[in-house]
Amino acid sequence: MADKEHFAEQAMGYMSSLYSAALRMTRNPADAEDLVQETYLKAYRAFGTFQEGTNLKSWLYKILTNTFINTYRSRRRRPTETELDDVEDLYLYHRLGGLEAAAAGRSAEDLVLDRLSEAEVKDAVESLPDPFRLAVVLADIEGFSYKEIAEILDVPIGTVMSRLHRGRRALQKALQPFAEQRRLTAPADVTT
Amino acid sequence: MDREEPSSAGQPQSPGQPESPAQPEGPGYDPYGPELSTYGRSVPDPCQDAIATLYSYLDGELTSERRERIQYHLEECSPCFAAFGFEAELKAVIARKCRDEVPDSLRQRVAEALRAEDVPT
Repeated sequence: MADKEHFAEQAMGYMSSLYSAALRMTRNPADAEDLVQETYLKAYRAFGTFQEGTNLKSWLYKILTNTFINTYRSRRRRPTETELDDVEDLYLYHRLGGLEAAAAGRSAEDLVLDRLSEAEVKDAVESLPDPFRLAVVLADIEGFSYKEIAEILDVPIGTVMSRLHRGRRALQKALQPFAEQRRLTAPADVTT
Repeated sequence: MDREEPSSAGQPQSPGQPESPAQPEGPGYDPYGPELSTYGRSVPDPCQDAIATLYSYLDGELTSERRERIQYHLEECSPCFAAFGFEAELKAVIARKCRDEVPDSLRQRVAEALRAEDVPT
């Protein structure tokens, strides 16, 4: 059983990544702050049930995610499955020239990615519908394993994989217009 | 199933291929199953195999055997190598550009909220 006295020293270090994830989930700072505060309160109250030696970060993320789903989940219309599936493998790579570019010089399209602004990448992530956005945030931004994500979201691993797969495709589609602009802009002209 | 061939796993088959005309179709068929040798004729398009497992590979979710098979393919296939490089960079860029600074006000709010929990009632 975990000791409440040690809660702060163990859990506070995760606030920065919890807050970033909360922003991607709620899409606005006010809700993200409320969500993080509520997560810490719930975690503190339940800290006695946390098993010392297990993964505190994923435990905190489970509380964050559940709280988000129960309280802040957006009531926006969700895109239909087909809308999300309308993207092929390596969508962005092919749009940016793919092999031809790779053959022409040293991976010009990798440089395009690096020139994307933070706001553009955040926008693209936040454009994804809830279930797909959560999977992408947990895997690509927070680096959780499929098994950890399955536990955090309380779904089977197969579901994690299919949400991730489709979420990433949709993300590539959302990034494409930004990346295309970067490709057409000379590096020296980039101001963002 | 009758596919099992314990002695020759992972080894190049002698030319002539005694059995299994390799029909990669039908309901129970798993094109990425462990029984397929890299050298076997029943292996599907290795590029297709690589692209299909690209993200599991980048996520570190493949068994070492499948991981090595992909690595072997990447060493000899520059188009797949370039595509993998792009996707790896994309994953890194997403992680790097989605960081936000915690406002001081939030740190204070959380600290105060936790302190309030301990106030005896």
